[in-house]
Amino acid sequence: MKMTKIVRTTADAFYPFCLVFGLYVVTHGHLTPGGGFQGGAVMATGTALLIVSRSYREITGRLRQTMLKLCEAFGLMLFLLAGLQSLANARPFLGNWLTQTGGFVGSVVSYGPNPGSLDTGGLVPLLNVGVGLEVFGGLTLIILCMLSGIKEDRP
Amino acid sequence: MTRLFLALPFVTVVILIILGLGAMLFKKNLIKILLGLSLMESAVNLLLVVIGYRQDSVAPIFTNVPSGEMAMPTVQALTLTSIVIGVATSAMMLSFAMVLYKRYGTVNVLEIRKLKH
Amino acid sequence: MQTFLISHLPALLVALPLLCGFLMPVIGRAGPRVRNGWVLLGGALTAITGLLLAIQVLRFGPVTYVFGAAHTTQTLAENPAAAFPIRIMFEIDALGALMIINTTLATLAVIIYSVAAEAKQSGLDMFYALFYLLIAGVYGMVATGDLFNFFVFLEITSLAGAALVAYRIDRGVAVEAGLKYALLSTLAALAVLTAIGILFGQYNALNIAALASRLQFTPLDKVALCLLIVPLAMKCGAVPMHFWTPDVYTTAPSSVTAFLVISSQASLYGLFRVLFSLYGAMLSWATFGWFLIILGVLSAFIGVTMAIPQKDVKRLMAYHAVSQTGYMLLAVGVGLAVLGNASALAKFGRAAIAGGLFHIINYASCKGLLFLTAGAIFLRTGTRNLNRLGALGHAMPVTMVLFMIAALAIAGIPPFNGFASKLMIYQSVFHFSPLLAIVAMIVSILTLASFVKVFQALFMGPRRPEFANVREVPRPMLIGMSVLAAYIVIAGIFPQFFVTRMIAPAVNALLDRAGYIATILGGI
Repeated sequence: MKMTKIVRTTADAFYPFCLVFGLYVVTHGHLTPGGGFQGGAVMATGTALLIVSRSYREITGRLRQTMLKLCEAFGLMLFLLAGLQSLANARPFLGNWLTQTGGFVGSVVSYGPNPGSLDTGGLVPLLNVGVGLEVFGGLTLIILCMLSGIKEDRP
Repeated sequence: MTRLFLALPFVTVVILIILGLGAMLFKKNLIKILLGLSLMESAVNLLLVVIGYRQDSVAPIFTNVPSGEMAMPTVQALTLTSIVIGVATSAMMLSFAMVLYKRYGTVNVLEIRKLKH
Repeated sequence: MQTFLISHLPALLVALPLLCGFLMPVIGRAGPRVRNGWVLLGGALTAITGLLLAIQVLRFGPVTYVFGAAHTTQTLAENPAAAFPIRIMFEIDALGALMIINTTLATLAVIIYSVAAEAKQSGLDMFYALFYLLIAGVYGMVATGDLFNFFVFLEITSLAGAALVAYRIDRGVAVEAGLKYALLSTLAALAVLTAIGILFGQYNALNIAALASRLQFTPLDKVALCLLIVPLAMKCGAVPMHFWTPDVYTTAPSSVTAFLVISSQASLYGLFRVLFSLYGAMLSWATFGWFLIILGVLSAFIGVTMAIPQKDVKRLMAYHAVSQTGYMLLAVGVGLAVLGNASALAKFGRAAIAGGLFHIINYASCKGLLFLTAGAIFLRTGTRNLNRLGALGHAMPVTMVLFMIAALAIAGIPPFNGFASKLMIYQSVFHFSPLLAIVAMIVSILTLASFVKVFQALFMGPRRPEFANVREVPRPMLIGMSVLAAYIVIAGIFPQFFVTRMIAPAVNALLDRAGYIATILGGI
């Protein structure tokens, strides 16, 4: 099934914006409403736009299933290993030992009204990135798999 | 009047649940049944969010926060988790519906009955 | 190193199966041998973790584990924000340990079995990934001390379970069953979530212990109670909500069916936890005791009568599963009914609960073994129809012996473990109401009759030409089944060891609501 040129061009134009906005939501997950799942879902919406505007055969050239699978597995591994490495730092699973240590992501959150500083939160940004990757890969994969199930009978 | 206003979300929740259950019980189309289930999921999510509201509290967002007491964001976390689970279940059940349509050529639940034979 | 591992066992219990499952698509690319090795390694590590944790709990008392905290054993009392006890906590007491042992036994058997049984199938990477997700979900359900967490693991279990049921599409029939299971599980989980919302709105807590200590038993709490126990009773397959069990158990691959039995028992655990630990003292014991008793008797009787005319061997076993669940509900219901009466509780109430809990693990091993033997027969003959099967005893002698052990155990014949737990149930229930004990015995006799018929139909008779090239199943499958058979025989010969070491602490844990609360709240 092929959409009109208008739809395809609009989808192409929107695609990078969706990705960037999704990345913004992921990286600001510990500061604003949002986080890994929401950001990943926004990014997946971008790919969903691409997918619905094109035929299955056309889209598999740009989005490879193995890539998405690896993306998903990598996100999950990142989350699990981030949880497990806390054990090595004498904390329970997912214990946030990086927070308020003054390091790269360890700044202390200032209380009260503030513009928001990205370098806070300790482990949380890392977890958000993991979840974001996983959700992006997973949702895109679901849509792709569902599309592959539809018979392409129309030219 | 305020009491009525505060009760409104709960009334919405009840209406949505009834609509969803109605769709699940009386519709014959599998896709519509799944839509009913989604509707009920949304209703329960709405219930959770409504339950988390505390009067005169501000949203728990640190960026540009107004002064005042913050509400606990627990329910938002619960709702989010439930939405994630909802996405997974809907995707899985819709895929099942697709497979069934391919094998049986119908999504009418009255005709999807090979299990009984 | 040793203390380090031991203090983190509860986290590893869920993290290891997840790690094993998530890496499966990556490792599967290296070929079937590597994947099978990884599956077995993951199963062994998970089983060791489960056993160590259970032994630790049984020897040194309840274990708590707080995720993402400063240290692992932080109780809510020392949490600065104790007004909002929303930490994600695992709390494993002796009852949880019993369920963990139960799950571990099944994991070990089923993983070893499925490596050989599924070897010729396609799509195995995702199959095992889902399988480990299911295992992680069941472990999480029985280990968690948090009501919302319980909901999440319930959903994980249902999702992975439904996907596995439908995995072999089987001309659409399996997908039909999977869809049925997924729909009902989602509905059940939504009801549980609504109850959680109602409870959180009133008490600002999600932790089971914190909720229990704050519970006022308002009318809303009663609504929440209904929304908790009805779905959980449905998920464990009690009559009149048993209609999904036969379809789902029949169509799922046999190794999955054996584990679905465990996942429905995790729901049973949730039901007991809600009734005893969460609501406990608030309930009118007689009412809820009789509620469980009626559910139990109905399940036991209707299950067995529905099982007798079945032609499909797995469908028959599925109806027996409903029937055996009835025994546990009946026994624990008797215990709940006399909870307020100290003398009756000491005289037979405790024994009834002990019988019910012992039957959980005994039934899981018997039923698991039965489903696995059914899978072995299906693997070699390609049919599950009792009318077409027969004379397999010549070709599959080991499977025949294993089937016989499981069938005799589930019918309550000495010296197998089913006899030990059923005897405890008969004796204690007889003190409560002789009529109920007689019903339980009749059900047992009908079970025996049904399995004698099945045994005769499957294994007896002269050799048949259509099964001429049927052979014994591969050795790993036999080893997997023997794990369960070994437990059945050992627990049947030395029931006293298991009752004193494993069951009695579990009964104490179930009845000791204050202790459960104090473990988390630090003696408030």
